[in-house]
Amino acid sequence: MKIRLSGRVFLSWFIIAGLAGLFASPAAAADTIKLGVAGSHSGDLASYGLPTKRAAELVAKEFNAKGGVLGKKVEILSEDDVCKPELATNTATKLVSRGAHVVLGHICSGATKTALGIYKDAGIVTMSSSATNPELTQSGKYPNFFRTIASDDAQAKLDADFAMDVLKVKKIAILHDKGDYGKGLAEFARGFIEASKKAQVVVFEGITPGAVDYSAVVNKIKQSGAEAVIYGGYHPEASSIVIQMRKKKMGTLFISDDGVKDDTFIKVAGKAAEGVYASGPKDTTKNPLAIAAIAANKSTYNTDPGAFFLNGYAAAQALLNAIQKAKSTKYEDIAKALRTYPVDTPLGKIKFDKRGDAIGVGFSMYQVRNGVYVEVPAAAPATAKKKK
Amino acid sequence: MDYFLELFLGGLTRGSIYALIALGYTMVYGIIELINFAHGEIYMIGAFTALIVSSVLAFAGMSGPSVLFLAASVAIIYSAAYGFTVEKIAYKPLRQAPRLSPLISAIGMSIFLQNYVMLAQTSDFLPFPSLLPELPFLEKYGLRIGSSELIILLTTAVSMVLLMLLIKLTKMGKAMRATAQDRNMAMLVGVDVNRTISYTFIIGSVLAAIGGVLIASHIGRINFYIGFIAGIKAFTAAVLGGIGSIPGAVLGAFILGWTESFATGYVSSDYEDVFAFVLLVLILIVRPSGLLGRSTVQKV
Amino acid sequence: MNAFARIRQSLIIALWFMFLTFPVLVVRVNTIEKVVEWRWPNMVYVGIGSFLISFVWRYLLERKAQGGEKEIYPAPATGKPVMQRLMAEPRLYRPFLIALSLFGLAFPFLPFASTYQINIVTNALLYIMLGLGLNIVVGLAGLLHLGYVAFYAVGAYSYALLYYHFGIGFWAALPIGALFAAIFGIILGFPVLRLRGDYLAIVTLGFAEITRLVLENWNGFSFGPSGIAGIPRPGLFGIEMDLHQGTIYIYFLMIALCLFTIFVVNRLQNSRIGRAWVALREDEVACEAMGVDPTMAKLTAFALGSTWAGLAGVIFAAKTTFVNPASFTFLESAMILSIVVLGGMGSIVGVIIGAFILILLPEYLRAFSEYRMLLFGMIMVVMMIFRPQGIIVGIRQIYEFKKTAVKEGSRR
Repeated sequence: MKIRLSGRVFLSWFIIAGLAGLFASPAAAADTIKLGVAGSHSGDLASYGLPTKRAAELVAKEFNAKGGVLGKKVEILSEDDVCKPELATNTATKLVSRGAHVVLGHICSGATKTALGIYKDAGIVTMSSSATNPELTQSGKYPNFFRTIASDDAQAKLDADFAMDVLKVKKIAILHDKGDYGKGLAEFARGFIEASKKAQVVVFEGITPGAVDYSAVVNKIKQSGAEAVIYGGYHPEASSIVIQMRKKKMGTLFISDDGVKDDTFIKVAGKAAEGVYASGPKDTTKNPLAIAAIAANKSTYNTDPGAFFLNGYAAAQALLNAIQKAKSTKYEDIAKALRTYPVDTPLGKIKFDKRGDAIGVGFSMYQVRNGVYVEVPAAAPATAKKKK
Repeated sequence: MDYFLELFLGGLTRGSIYALIALGYTMVYGIIELINFAHGEIYMIGAFTALIVSSVLAFAGMSGPSVLFLAASVAIIYSAAYGFTVEKIAYKPLRQAPRLSPLISAIGMSIFLQNYVMLAQTSDFLPFPSLLPELPFLEKYGLRIGSSELIILLTTAVSMVLLMLLIKLTKMGKAMRATAQDRNMAMLVGVDVNRTISYTFIIGSVLAAIGGVLIASHIGRINFYIGFIAGIKAFTAAVLGGIGSIPGAVLGAFILGWTESFATGYVSSDYEDVFAFVLLVLILIVRPSGLLGRSTVQKV
Repeated sequence: MNAFARIRQSLIIALWFMFLTFPVLVVRVNTIEKVVEWRWPNMVYVGIGSFLISFVWRYLLERKAQGGEKEIYPAPATGKPVMQRLMAEPRLYRPFLIALSLFGLAFPFLPFASTYQINIVTNALLYIMLGLGLNIVVGLAGLLHLGYVAFYAVGAYSYALLYYHFGIGFWAALPIGALFAAIFGIILGFPVLRLRGDYLAIVTLGFAEITRLVLENWNGFSFGPSGIAGIPRPGLFGIEMDLHQGTIYIYFLMIALCLFTIFVVNRLQNSRIGRAWVALREDEVACEAMGVDPTMAKLTAFALGSTWAGLAGVIFAAKTTFVNPASFTFLESAMILSIVVLGGMGSIVGVIIGAFILILLPEYLRAFSEYRMLLFGMIMVVMMIFRPQGIIVGIRQIYEFKKTAVKEGSRR
């Protein structure tokens, strides 16, 4: 703002800046293995994307310390998509243009779907640490897609079974945040419950994220006599609903998903969070690799690992390991290697099935007890081993 | 009947919050014919300031109503200061500009303030301490109305009455009414128009800050984005009632609050916003200048 | 004002901003670990920064005030700004246009033009189309439209659903999407005919929100928030293209459509209906008295404006290969409106420049990553303050009565 801002000068300044930007784009550079990392690194969903980026940087450092991959250094190309589909195309083409060999991303399912078409055409293997939409792997439209997290339907089934078999409730209210992830999960949960006929869905509603309060929908739950609420969505709305339910002295059980299985939820909801159930990725923090990864994160970035950190870590390891095993950066070779060779990751020993889902990655159920999430046995037979 | 009453009260609470924010829109619009898109951000900054002050005080070991009082006062002062500054920077140089320019400036300001708070503080949701005291005597009225709801209703009512008195009885109120009617004429008869406009922004921001503290403490969490949605809703309420009309904004806000509450309760919250906007369109088709808006005769 | 007074004023401003930014910039509370972080250096930066900026600011405002006087009373012939003079003189702008079109044609094959560069420029071209379409409604007819994105969504979903259910291709969907959007525009046009100014604004905004919410909630129709994936890119006689070639193809397609849009809008501006819109914008009552039917003028403005949004929507769906309601929020409408106002209402060149700035700027600001939206908001405010009429002021066609002209029968 130190230049004269008269219209014309301003304009020419922009044109110059624009051209400078055009020319500044780096030509395809030195001999490195380029790992693209795409996701929400800014904006309101940044807290879901940044941990994966940190994980990728740590893994790259670790590989480089051991001499790199195929004798080349690993380079991280990080791009922000703010979880918006229309920006994800820009992000994806930018990564393709910069010559990424494999991509770790994206974070949100919508953005991932948009970007995958581009990666598919460019022949790039893509692995997400957090995109849980079932269609991504089950539709067969995206042969280049892999992920280190289980899909929504698996999680919805776990939530529904837990409510019906373990908690033995008969009347269930299902809420969602109208988002891609939350609504998908809620629809699956409703499907499972209605199919099993063990319980009844008394309320099925979408709430508006960011609305000033949720008293009307809370009243509706109260009126319906539901014994448990299954909520599909993220923690900010979940905490509001739980707080308002507890303020109304409602003892309704609250079961939710891995968008809620986040320590921020407990911090925000405070006392009201006690007793809330949330499903989340299987607890592997006892795994020595996971302990090492978390410690490395702490010493390098001085932060908590955050959401999907271990999934991101595992994904980065799997990708780089596959390149090493395949001795090539070609699409077919990497994809084959991912499906053939198991790799040791913080999530355990994983390899990928035909559709791209990681074998051996599943969900567990957690409950908030004394301000921390504690794993609870999801005793019902049909849980935890989601292999299909 | 109980259910109806609960929804009615829920709608009333929601409506009061909309009303507090909508007043800022309607007053600014009445006086300079500008949709102040940054107004929702003022509300958000009020809530953030209250959170920061109350946390600092709480860590220092204070508790009870004094925290609420201090946090709310500081929030009000800061919101007023922000409202005042935003007007001076982004709107005042544009008094003579084409009509849409201040609107774009306002949208820019809104984006700026959101990102400013996000970068300086955090993008995460923060827990907001429940500052509003629990009123024990309410226990026996069952769970129909909580103490925070009651406090919100009372505070809103008191603020409205004070605002009415301010506008009807004080000299500044008179100047505001004069400026709203005809800015040039007001200037001719000796009203300091710039000052009047500044006061309008300050009063609007104070109300928004009150709304911010109340609602944040009621729902218990805030982030940098809360201003945007609340702002759009409040603006809708202001237009519903007839923008520029103060009783209209209040009426519009309550109607909007009830519509949403009953739509959720009896139909489905999937379409709660759809109902709100459909109602708006229907009312405007019947009464093109809102419920209590002045319908002006167009002259050449 | 003497130097001392200026310094004193700047000091006051600096102190004011230090006070203003104190709670948000200096204090950060960590409510979990119950610690307060005091970032005092920030306060110093704010103080020094606002002290310096206040001088620049004041200087610019003073300059603008002087310049403004000139603009209000322009000397009849020489007072036109350079840009307008340039545009009025074919000798001057032709070489420029030729150079520009050569650059436009050569752009995808230049060494720095990676897929990404072509993609974002294509994106900017898409917004030029949207901007020009909205310009019909806002710039020419003067109807403040805050829900333009609804028609964009109609176009995008038309193609997506037509492909999904009936396998209809891009080229067939293009006119159908435009038609649907136009019909939608007329449907919206009817109820809002009586509304003026800001009432119109909020109703159009509400309409856009309704459209988005219906797309979000009505799963059976629109597949809800998970959207529709796998929409094919536009084809070219069945030739297989890789990503880079496909991007170049869409780029040229977009250039062609933009030129078409510019041509049509330009012709519309000077047509009977275009003049009716301008009359409507200037004064509705006077315009009616002069024999223009305001109902027809408004409806055609809505319909034609929406048509372009529909076209752009179809291309958007084809370009991203995925649509979901999250792409059609109010912010998108605000963005398109900003392009029109920032560029200069009613000016085609202005809209083009506005689109390039607003769409490319955030992309090139990626280097500043997290600060980019902050800068973006700031630039919007600053641009408006120092150039409220937009970058290029729309020129009003001046019709002069010349005897010779009548004799020759030319219509200029």
